Amino acid sequence: MITPVHYMLLSAALFIIGVVGVMVRKNIIIIFMSIELILNAVNINLVAFSAQLQNGIGQVFAIFVIAVAAAEAAVGLGIILAFYRNKETINIDEMNLMRS
Amino acid sequence: MAQAIAFYFIAACILGFAVLVVTTRDTVHSVLFLVLDFLFVAALYVLLGAQFLAAIQVLVYAGGIVVLYLFVVMLVNLKRPPEAHEDPHRRTKLGFGLAAAVLLELGAIAVYGSVNPAAPMPATPAIPVSGNTEQVGWLLYTSYLIPFEIASMLLLVAMIGAIVLAKREL
Amino acid sequence: MIDQVLIPLLKIVIVLNATLVAVTYMVLLERKVIAWAQSRLGPMRVGPYGVLQPIADAIKLMIKEDITPVRADKWVFTAAPIISMVPALIVYAVIPFGPTVSLFGRKVSLYITDINVGLLYIVSVASVGVYGIILAGYSSNSKYPLLASLRASAQLISYEVAVTLTLVSVILMAGSLSMVEIVNAQYNQHVWFVFAQPFAFVLVLIGGLAETNRAPFDLPEAEQELTGGFHTEYSGMRFALFFLAEYANMIVVSSVVTTLFLGGWLPPFPNVGALHLLYYVPSWTWFLIKSFLFLYLFIWIRATLPRYRYDQLMRLGWKVLIPLAILNLVVTGIVKVMLM
Repeated sequence: MITPVHYMLLSAALFIIGVVGVMVRKNIIIIFMSIELILNAVNINLVAFSAQLQNGIGQVFAIFVIAVAAAEAAVGLGIILAFYRNKETINIDEMNLMRS
Repeated sequence: MAQAIAFYFIAACILGFAVLVVTTRDTVHSVLFLVLDFLFVAALYVLLGAQFLAAIQVLVYAGGIVVLYLFVVMLVNLKRPPEAHEDPHRRTKLGFGLAAAVLLELGAIAVYGSVNPAAPMPATPAIPVSGNTEQVGWLLYTSYLIPFEIASMLLLVAMIGAIVLAKREL
Repeated sequence: MIDQVLIPLLKIVIVLNATLVAVTYMVLLERKVIAWAQSRLGPMRVGPYGVLQPIADAIKLMIKEDITPVRADKWVFTAAPIISMVPALIVYAVIPFGPTVSLFGRKVSLYITDINVGLLYIVSVASVGVYGIILAGYSSNSKYPLLASLRASAQLISYEVAVTLTLVSVILMAGSLSMVEIVNAQYNQHVWFVFAQPFAFVLVLIGGLAETNRAPFDLPEAEQELTGGFHTEYSGMRFALFFLAEYANMIVVSSVVTTLFLGGWLPPFPNVGALHLLYYVPSWTWFLIKSFLFLYLFIWIRATLPRYRYDQLMRLGWKVLIPLAILNLVVTGIVKVMLM
């Protein structure tokens, strides 16, 4: 029998994988993809509770999360492209212009 | 029973592909695994009775956002591997440590949950199949109308921002 | 057991096989029609009037050497044709070829399944198909395929927006996303949506041409500029898969347009009592006839119109089709509210 606990564990595991990706990788595109994984983990949680509580509110919030993810991807990738054009790198460790 | 098998299969695929996304060297392969991961998340939504969201997941994530990623990966034609430069300020160990702490906590919750289970949840009948889209649409246009409008404004702002950022000269 | 497993499996087998046969014969039809348009005969050697040509082509492609370029990304290179073929085939799961009929004393629906997000399913599956093209271009590790695939992905994404926006106005008319319900709505509202939504029909048709990379929007495979397009480095059966996917997509677009705008399996003027005679013709025949008309139209356009330039294509997509689609949607919404 699959209960919401199973979905929560799956969601948490996916979240951790995403967090590790953000922490460990240096390629900024992969870091962005890890953030997408984190957002998907959140969505799984929301939809699981939506099914459990038998209302659509969780799904509505999942749609908002997807909208935010789309906005984030568009602006973030725009920044990556602009940065790449100036510095010819997508290594996040070399993005330290603001560091004193 | 069939539902349990489907859940475990999909969950294994989601986690496996997520690990591959994070660990693969080649960025294009990583993007591909991300697409597969999102498709399996969509399958999970179908399992949960959220067909509309599953279709949106495939349409927006797999068909839109990840294509954008692939596009950028192909445009950013790398002459040297991005992982070459090592930053001394970087604390990779701290990242793994934090992740391990969360993993421990989760394991503790799982063990605790299996030892003394919570009050039995009411049985979960699936959301009525005919009404999923209508239900979501109804909520979006009544109770959540203002967040919906704000989300549309956010998308507009993001669109303008992306154009400003990506254009060489205005 | 029979209703749950056997009949759906049988339907899937029949639809898949029929599709693949139709796709191979589409190639022959295209060659023949273009030949006639140019006062030629077309393929005449294999079989009477060349009717066995597709089989000869298939054998030729299967026994050809399958080359993988040395510098190619092997896994992606192998996966790309499959990725472009699969979405083209699984779309047929929701296309209704006819209503529920009784066959041998058993109620059988002439569609594989009817899900409540049918149209959205088609749009989203079609949006995954673009990966096949992008990855083929990328993994070949060769400049022309890469250029072609960048063109193709930009084109597909742009026109997808226009087509999806246009389809929303059709959904607004029908009040449902289910393909079967959309056909039923056309019966109940006494009008094919091609008459109720003529703008949407034209927009979807143009967008469909662009989404299937057909002439006059076949820039991703412009032989003159790109030596063949994103599948330049492919040979043998893998090349054939790209080819088949393109034609399968054409059939998908024709079927979807038929379902949405020409009443699917309904005979012409379904509500006119005097024409009730037309109901004696099996419903799927009407569907196939209407789809065939669109396929013929596609070939006809290819034989007639010259290719667009790339900037013209983008301008048409973003500055003409998308604003028109939004306008159409707004007008449809206003009219629908006023009629309520």
